[in-house]
Amino acid sequence: MIALSINGKTYNVDAESDTPLLWVIRDTIGLTGTKYGCGIAQCGACTVHINGVATRSCQVPVGTVGSKQITTIEALAQNGKLHPVQQAWLDLDVPQCGYCQSGMMMAAVSLLKTNPKPTDDDIDAAMTNICRCGTYQRIRAAIHAAAGKA
Amino acid sequence: MTYMPKIDRRSFVIGTAAAGAGLALGFDLTPSESADATPEVNAWVVINPDDSIVIRIAKSEMGQGTLTGLAQLTAEELGCDWSKVSTEFPTPGQNVARKRVWGDFFTAGSQGIRSSNELVRKGGAAARMMLIQAAADEWKVPAEECSAANSVITHAKTGRKTTFGKVATAAAKVEPPKDVTLKDPKTWTIAGKPLKRLDTPDKIVGKPLYGIDVRLPNMLYASIRACPVFGGKVTSYDEAKIHDMPGVKKVVKVGDDAVAVVADSWWRARKALDALPIVWDEGENVKVSSASIAQWLKEGLDADEAFVGNKSGDAKATLTGAAKVIEATYSYPYQSHAPMEPMNATALYTADKCTVWCPTQNGESALAATAEAAGLPVPQCDVIKTYLGGGFGRRGQTDYVRQAVAIAKEMPGTPVKLLWTREEDTTHDVYHPVTQCKMRAAFDDKKNLVALHMRISGQSILAYQLPARMVNGMDPLVFVHGLMPKGPEGEFGYNIPNLLIDHAMRNPPIPPGFWRGVNLNHNSIYVESFMDELAHSVGEDPLAFRLKYLKPKHAAVLKAVADKADYSKPLPKGVYRGVAQIMGFGSYVAAVAEVSVTNGQVKLHRIVGGTNCGYAVNPEQVMRQIEGSFVYGLSAMLYGECTVRAGRIEQKNFDTYQVMRIDEMPKVEFVVMPDGEFWGGVGEPTIAVAAPAVLNAIFAATGKRIRNLPLKDNDLTSA
Repeated sequence: MIALSINGKTYNVDAESDTPLLWVIRDTIGLTGTKYGCGIAQCGACTVHINGVATRSCQVPVGTVGSKQITTIEALAQNGKLHPVQQAWLDLDVPQCGYCQSGMMMAAVSLLKTNPKPTDDDIDAAMTNICRCGTYQRIRAAIHAAAGKA
Repeated sequence: MTYMPKIDRRSFVIGTAAAGAGLALGFDLTPSESADATPEVNAWVVINPDDSIVIRIAKSEMGQGTLTGLAQLTAEELGCDWSKVSTEFPTPGQNVARKRVWGDFFTAGSQGIRSSNELVRKGGAAARMMLIQAAADEWKVPAEECSAANSVITHAKTGRKTTFGKVATAAAKVEPPKDVTLKDPKTWTIAGKPLKRLDTPDKIVGKPLYGIDVRLPNMLYASIRACPVFGGKVTSYDEAKIHDMPGVKKVVKVGDDAVAVVADSWWRARKALDALPIVWDEGENVKVSSASIAQWLKEGLDADEAFVGNKSGDAKATLTGAAKVIEATYSYPYQSHAPMEPMNATALYTADKCTVWCPTQNGESALAATAEAAGLPVPQCDVIKTYLGGGFGRRGQTDYVRQAVAIAKEMPGTPVKLLWTREEDTTHDVYHPVTQCKMRAAFDDKKNLVALHMRISGQSILAYQLPARMVNGMDPLVFVHGLMPKGPEGEFGYNIPNLLIDHAMRNPPIPPGFWRGVNLNHNSIYVESFMDELAHSVGEDPLAFRLKYLKPKHAAVLKAVADKADYSKPLPKGVYRGVAQIMGFGSYVAAVAEVSVTNGQVKLHRIVGGTNCGYAVNPEQVMRQIEGSFVYGLSAMLYGECTVRAGRIEQKNFDTYQVMRIDEMPKVEFVVMPDGEFWGGVGEPTIAVAAPAVLNAIFAATGKRIRNLPLKDNDLTSA
C-alpha cells in the first residue's frame, strides 16, 4: 500500500510503485477531473499540483510522491467559492469540449502563483498544454483577467 | 506500376433502426421515464413544480456549443425563463422506442443546429401552447386570450397569472396541437443572443462528464492493440506470458485484427498488453508507403478518366489556345483527428441486454453497432451519451463501440471500460483523405481569366465510409465542399466562363474519414492558393482580382473581412497579408491573415475571419467556433501529417504528430454577418480559410509558394 495526500485527504492505495500518479488519481481514487491525453507529458491534460507546482502526473511514478501534497482540479474551488482562475474561465466561457481545461487551469494557477501579472510572452512560455478545440485566445484573456486576483 | 492493395472495408450499420417513423412536432403518446416523477410536457420539455426546466437535446455536445444553441431555440419558442433551463440527452434507445421523436442524433457536417432548428423550435412552441391551454382550461378562458413569457402565463383581460411549473402536470394531459406557428426570428429574445454556455460551470470544476470518466460498480478496464498495418490480422498471442501480472483478468481477441487485455485498472491492463507477445499477419498492405501512394495519385492528375463535378463552357479547349496559361500542382497529406480524449467506451453485457456509455457523434449508429456486436435486438440495447472530449468527425465512427461490446461480451455481467492509448488513437484513425491537385488556368490577351481546369486526384471518403451515397461510382462530396456549380451547401464562388472541376478517384488502403472541414480543407487551399497565383501572374492585387470574379454573396463576406482588417492601409514593416474565401457547409466565409517570416520562421500575427451563416443562434458561440476552427485548420497547415511506411502510420503521439499551442496563436477578430436568408453551418466552414490566407501571406512575405502541405515540410530559410 502507498499512502498519498490528495486534496488534504490521505489515501492508501494498492498500486505498483511505477504506476503513473495520473492513473492512481483517476482509477484508484476516482478523481476523474484530471485527464489522460498522451501519457508522455506532451499535452498537459493530466496536470496537477505537487507541493503547489504544476506537474504532469502521467510522468510521476506514484512511488516517488511520498508525503508531498497533491492538489487536483476538484480541490481548486474552496468552501464553495471558485478559484479566481475558474471564475475567469467561467466569465469568459473558455471551455469548448472542456477536456483539456482541468490541466489548463491547473497550469494557469501555478503560473499566477509565481508570476501574478504575466505578460503574453510569460503565458506563451508557461502554458504549453494542448487544446484541440482552439481555446487559446480565451485562455490568454482569462489568465489576464485572473491576474492579480489569484 | 504502383502496387496498391485493396482497402479492407469493415461492415457498416447506419443508425436508421426505425427510420421513416413519424417526426411530427415531437409528440408521441409514450411518456418517458424521467429521473423525477414530473411528467414531460412533450418530448422536448420537462417542467418541474419548482419551475425548473429540462430541455432535451438529441445532438451530441463535443465543444461546438450546439447544446446551448438548441436549448436557446427551444426556450425561445417555449417562452421560458432562461435562467431556469438545464439540459439532458435522451438516449438513442428511447428515440427508437418513441419512433424517432427527436429526429436523428447525427452530429456532424456542421448540421447540429441547421438540420434540427425547426424540429426543436416546434417542440418548444408546442409545449408553450399546451402550457397555455392548461392555464386557460383552469381559468375557463379561451387560450387565445393568454400569453406566455419568462415562464409566466398571463390572461391579460383579468390580469391572472400562473407559472409553467404550476400547470405543467395538467399541460402534459393536453392534446398536442396539430400545427404550430414559429416566431419571426426578428423578435427573438433568447435565440440570436450571445448567452453564456450551459455547460461551462460543470466543465471548470472537474466533474465526471466524459466517456473516459464513466465509473460503474465492479467495473474492469481494457487496453487494446489492433494490427499496426491496416487490413492486417492477429495470428497468435502468448497469453501465458502475462497471466501472472498484477490485476490481469482476461485476454480477449477482438474481431480478427485486435487483442485486448482486461484488468482491474487501466494501467495494469496496458502494462500487460505491452508485455503480451502478439504475432501479426500484416497482409499485403505492408507494401504501401507514402511514396507509393503519392506516385499513384500523381498518375491521376493527368488520367483521361475522371468524374466531372462542375463544368461550364469548354475549359480544355480554351486552355489549348490561350494567350497565357498558368499551371500549378498541390498536395495535401493524411491527418489524424487527435481529439484530446482518446477513443473509449464502457459496455455492460448480459444475456438479454447490452448498455454502452460512450462519447459519440452519432448515438444511433453507436446503438446499431452495439446491437450488432452484442448479437441482441436493438430494443434490448441502449447507448448513454456522455460529453465528448473533442469529436472533429472521429467520433462518428463506431469501431471503439464494437470493440468495447465484443470485450464485455466475454465477461457477462461485468462492466468493462475500453480506453485506447494515444498511440492506438493516432495509428488507428480514419484519416483526412490524401489528395493532389493540378490547377490550370487561361487568360485571354486582355488578362481576363477565361478558363480553369481543377483536377483533383485522390481519395474518396464516401467510397469507404458510405458507399451507398456514391452516385454512379462518383463521390459527390468531393465537389459539395466548395466546388458546386450552385446550391445551398458549397457553391464555387468564381464566375469563370470555361470551368472544369473533376476528380480522378484513387483510394489507397489507408481508411479515410470525415475530418472537421472534410474536403473543404484541401479544396479551399487549392482554389484560394491558385487564385492568388493567378492574381500575381497578371500583376493584380489578390483581393481586387478575386472581387472581379466572385459572386455577390461570396464577395460580400470577403469585402467585409478585408474592411475589418484595414486591407487598404499599410502594415508594419515585415508584416504581410493574405486573403481567402470559400463557401462550405452552407455558409460563406473569408479570412485575411497577417504574418511575418524571419529566418524561415513564420509568425502569425492576426487573422480576421468572417462568416455569413444565415442565422447566428448564439453570436458569441459563432466567434468561438471561428477562433477554434482556425486553430484546428492552422495546426493542420503547420504540422498535420501522417506518413505511411510499411502499411502503417508512422506518427504515434503528440511528439511526432505536432499540433499548435498557445505561443503560435494569432490574434483572431471576427465579422459575423448573418443575413437571415438561409441556415448555414458554423463548426466547420471557417476552418478552410485560415490555411490558404496564411499561405498566401507567406507568399507575399517571401515570394515562395507553398504547394505541398504541411508547412513544416517546406524550407523557408532561403526565401
